[in-house]
Amino acid sequence: MSEMKLSCEAVRQVEEVCEKFHNDPGELIAILHECQDRLGYLPEPVQRIIAGKLCIPASKVYGVVTFYSFFTMSPKGKHPVSVCLGTACYVRGADKLLEEFKRVLGIDVGQTTPDGKFSLDCLRCVGACGLAPVATIGDKVYGRLNPADIKRIISEFEAEE
Amino acid sequence: MQKKIKLTIDKIPVSVAPGTTILDAAKSVGIVIPTLCHMDLKGTCVQNKPASCRICVVEVEGRRNLAPSCATACAEGMVVWTNSARVVRARKTIAELMLSDHPNDCLTCPKCSDCELQRLVMRFNIREMPFQGGEQSTRKKEVTAAISRSMDKCILCRRCESVCNNVQSVGVLGAIRRGFDTTIAPTFDRMFKDTDCTYCGQCVAVCPTGALTERDNTDRLLEDLNDPNKIVIAQPAPAVRVALGEEFGMAPGTIVTGKLATALRHLGFTKVFDTDFAADLTIMEEGTEILHRLKAFLAGDKSVKLPIMTSCCPAWVNFYEHNYPDLLDYPSTAKSPGQMFGAIAKTWWCEKRGIDRKKVVVVSIMPCLAKKYECERPEFSVDGSPDVDYSISTRELARLIKRANIDFAQLPDSDFDTPMGESSGAGAIFGATGGVMEAALRTVYEVYTGKELPKLEFTQVRGFDGIKEAVIDLDGFPLKVCVAHTLGNARILMDKLRKGKLDYHVVEVMACPGGCIGGAGQPYHHGHIEVLDARREAIYREDEGKAIRMSHKNPDIVKLYEEFLGEPLGERSEELLHTHYFNKQIQ
Repeated sequence: MSEMKLSCEAVRQVEEVCEKFHNDPGELIAILHECQDRLGYLPEPVQRIIAGKLCIPASKVYGVVTFYSFFTMSPKGKHPVSVCLGTACYVRGADKLLEEFKRVLGIDVGQTTPDGKFSLDCLRCVGACGLAPVATIGDKVYGRLNPADIKRIISEFEAEE
Repeated sequence: MQKKIKLTIDKIPVSVAPGTTILDAAKSVGIVIPTLCHMDLKGTCVQNKPASCRICVVEVEGRRNLAPSCATACAEGMVVWTNSARVVRARKTIAELMLSDHPNDCLTCPKCSDCELQRLVMRFNIREMPFQGGEQSTRKKEVTAAISRSMDKCILCRRCESVCNNVQSVGVLGAIRRGFDTTIAPTFDRMFKDTDCTYCGQCVAVCPTGALTERDNTDRLLEDLNDPNKIVIAQPAPAVRVALGEEFGMAPGTIVTGKLATALRHLGFTKVFDTDFAADLTIMEEGTEILHRLKAFLAGDKSVKLPIMTSCCPAWVNFYEHNYPDLLDYPSTAKSPGQMFGAIAKTWWCEKRGIDRKKVVVVSIMPCLAKKYECERPEFSVDGSPDVDYSISTRELARLIKRANIDFAQLPDSDFDTPMGESSGAGAIFGATGGVMEAALRTVYEVYTGKELPKLEFTQVRGFDGIKEAVIDLDGFPLKVCVAHTLGNARILMDKLRKGKLDYHVVEVMACPGGCIGGAGQPYHHGHIEVLDARREAIYREDEGKAIRMSHKNPDIVKLYEEFLGEPLGERSEELLHTHYFNKQIQ
């Protein structure tokens, strides 16, 4: 039914996570967190395995995955970009920042570049309002960003390879 | 005895048991608070109490906020107002907000005049729409073999989600995404056909609006009825005749069998036969299968699969094909009565008259939506000609009768046509949970023991308990039987069977609450259990009124075997009246 097949290793990982949480349906969110941590995203087959282990319908798992914006069903880029659209960042021009990221990366929010290097998302507040507008790339936080900086920052990541 | 709680509702003193909601307390003194998301089919497990729509709010003196009466328990000395200016204003605003993103196409909506949202709008005297929201036109629409889905009309009451998960344990429907984007969708936002949906249709039975409705076959039927080259045959199911009258203002439980036959003739059906006849035929086949397995078991055959399970209910068949592919050799191989009827009509009846089966259109009138899907199963057709061409619901038949200018209440009674119209009381009770079991027991007892059954009624298997069990004395052999309705209860039994812990000989399952009388194609019950109670009572009255009450004593059934089939489970019966099951598990 599902279009993609998981590797045996990925299946083992998902089962291991479920068992770590004693296949407890009450731990669904924690299980999803850890699976996404390990695999990078939560495609349909992963959700089906979790549903099977926890003895709950796959529709329940899917409902939770689509409810929380943190969870993703498509693989994130190697360098996930998140632009803060919280109030402080927004009034200091986060929307223009986001537009520039879209233009430079050539992708829309929620998408990943074809080479798999970058993905683009929005979030609400990373607790660095004093540095607004803020964006994060991987674990790195960039403050007081100007749209003009973005091309340079991205090219730095590309040069890293 | 527990102490009663005293309170006043709209100045009326009320005394109720602790835990009673304001909604129920008000109802007990004749105050009907409007509800929308709430549903409680008392005495069954059909419940939806999310307290999310807020239509039922009331004012409780001393409380700052209005309280949802469906989820607020009565307390000693409470003073409740269900109709104060504040309450009326709030309720109206809530309904207006619901309308703000609801499609404005009531006139052509299939639920028009039977829609609970529409009724509230009329009740609250809403004459304009003050709010304009974004219409939910991007939400999915889908027409399956059985169910039609227009999620732009969904008000997120969650009734469908509750029945699909908590009652049926099918677990296909659920809320996805959040906020304004929230929608109720089948697993992974797929189409129903790509999920474990059984087409039981109980989501349709409880949907308050036009979001979930049946696939309509009435136009197709009208075309066939007007085609002079086609011979159109009707077969109405047992549960239809105890519910159809409701669509014409008759009290629930009114038996309209005679009017039903007349109406079908007026509509232009060439022959008006009866699915009850085929129900008797089912008992002959399934009853014989029960006897065969029992005898093999008693002879020490370890390979025999017990319990044998009934297979009349197409949603139940889907359920075990999807969820229990490892146990497919337990259910009886007997087809459903509707399909048996089609197979016999398009062979025996056609051959006797030299009619080409391709000229014949067999239409079943069913309390069921899964039957629509069942008609499309490829194994139930011969060279592209289905045994049953298609199925319409009780509701669709009512619409056709109204459209054909027929004053149903004034119709005279008439009988079904022969030779496929005669039926026994055993066939009649197929429409209620426990009915197939009771019908089978009447025949199995007599055939097994060779004695006359002292008392026809097996009341142990009647009623709305979710799982009923009984031990029947077959001349010294204790036959252990079990009856379940709703697929959630069926799952309990199947999980036990998988562990080898289901200690019965015969099990009956019907997917819908109450059996076919509570089917998804019946007039909407709108949460009133009294409606199902009355239909059930009528089913057993229909049985009592029959001259013949055992399937094997139906003379037309005897004739069918003499003339055509030979014997139950014989070569021809196996070919025409039995089927096999498929593994439909989604990986």
